[in-house]
Amino acid sequence: MLAGGGLAVPARVSRAGSGPRGTGDLGIVIERATGSVLVVETTGRTVLGRIEGLGDLSHASAVFSRDERYAYVFGRDGGLTRLDLLEMRIDRRIVQAGNSIGGAISDDGRLVAASNYDPGGVKVFDADTLVEVAAIPAIGAQGRASKTVGLVDVTGRRFVYTLYDAGEIWIADFSRGATPVLTKFPDAGALPYDANVTGDGRHYLAGLFGEDGITYLDLWDDAPKLRRVFQGYNAGRDKLPVYKMPHFEGWGQSGSDLVLPAAGQNEVLLLDLSTLKEKARIAVHGQPVFCVARPDGREVWINFAHPANDTIQILDVPKAKIVHTFQPGPAVLHLEFTPRGHEVWISVRDADRVDIMDVRTRAKVGEIAARKPSGILFTARAHRLGS
Amino acid sequence: MQALPTRWRTSSRWWLSAAAAVALAGSAWAGENAVDAAKLTALVLQDCGSCHGMTLKGGLGKPLTAEQLEHWDSEQIAHIILEGVPGTPMPPWKPLLSEAEARWIADHLKKGTLR
Ligand code: HEC
Repeated sequence: MLAGGGLAVPARVSRAGSGPRGTGDLGIVIERATGSVLVVETTGRTVLGRIEGLGDLSHASAVFSRDERYAYVFGRDGGLTRLDLLEMRIDRRIVQAGNSIGGAISDDGRLVAASNYDPGGVKVFDADTLVEVAAIPAIGAQGRASKTVGLVDVTGRRFVYTLYDAGEIWIADFSRGATPVLTKFPDAGALPYDANVTGDGRHYLAGLFGEDGITYLDLWDDAPKLRRVFQGYNAGRDKLPVYKMPHFEGWGQSGSDLVLPAAGQNEVLLLDLSTLKEKARIAVHGQPVFCVARPDGREVWINFAHPANDTIQILDVPKAKIVHTFQPGPAVLHLEFTPRGHEVWISVRDADRVDIMDVRTRAKVGEIAARKPSGILFTARAHRLGS
Repeated sequence: MQALPTRWRTSSRWWLSAAAAVALAGSAWAGENAVDAAKLTALVLQDCGSCHGMTLKGGLGKPLTAEQLEHWDSEQIAHIILEGVPGTPMPPWKPLLSEAEARWIADHLKKGTLR
């Protein structure tokens, strides 16, 4: 199970050192081609081990248990795997759908929800046993079965997600138990391809592919209403072909400013959440994929779609200006900041490497070897709303 | 190299593409139809895979398995690749791929040999 692959790996974290250890500095690196993950720690910047047998991780994400001991990994093949980061092994694993995209864990840590492509809809599982609690088909008002995207958790044991084919946003409220109360918002726009919520659980936004704009929902409203922001932002100019869909995960919020990747333009969009008005469009190096906020929100680090995917740019949010550009290497797929943002880990897929940088000096301070690394996810996510 | 003469005999298209490759590259064997098979395989798995799944079993885009593509012939698939599907996220690959490359991908998707 813990094949070395050139890395010296102790069998178990908890037994490797002298006695018990905490998990607040742990994380995982998804190795997308081999169905494996590396368990890493960010204090000494080392790999603690590799866990194999997670299936197809070509588009994988993960959430963490409240105690930061378990990672729930959602695989492309519908696999949902609960990893024990201390024992460094697969604790439980189910294949819950034919094709899955991601998930969320409820605020009380009891429910894990998976967002599925095939068949569409959302399934909800007991976080300890992975026994199914609810299966919610995603049939829109027009009767269309839908892939679901942009699944996030918000307060009060609720999940919010978006129906790609039907163009709707749904809230599933599990506060009364295993049977959810659904609130549906039809007419959320054509082909919403991803969505996310701000860290306060308030502003939910879905990027649209089939029309020019972004759908907005204020979840703090007693009676939330759909609105559009950035409507017509491509008007009068060509939309570039999109070779990799932008992601809303990790998006940058700084005060009332929200930074979003544009679809089909070499730019990022700056939204003023207090007015829901466009604040700026900032030209960048290529088509943005992730706009990841430094935990304090001051900067947003941006990676790009092929063929600009060797580059990262740093946006200074208050200045609304790109302040630094650098090339970590071929195919930069993801980046994750340490919990308070002193360092950042960057996966460089085609170099089979994860780079570790000091955020303040922007100097490289370490690297680890990984096979075709993609997502990097640290346990601090356990304590954040959304994803 | 050793497999070459057999394939050479069994398929007239192989004969033609090999001849074209010789003409283009001026060497005895420059790959099928002078396309870079390793590069295209990686492109399909990684870059098409970001929407269609790295195992091509589907994602935001439909599965690209041989069974799923039964209703298209190679030429139609090559056309979809080059032109995209307007109104959906399927982008036109014309700016990045030549006709020969699109055709190579289409042929191999039909055969289900990319993995
Ligand atoms: C940005 C996302 C994206 C990328 C990248 C992408 N596709 Fe697609 N593709 C789609 C979507 C979405 C559809 C479905 C369109 C529809 O609804 O008819 C599709 C449809 C197709 C179809 C038609 C399938 C059918 O049965 O009708 C083919 C063939 C295809 N893609 C091939 C490719 C190839 C080859 C590549 C890489 C060179 C690629 N695609 C890259 C999103 C993508």
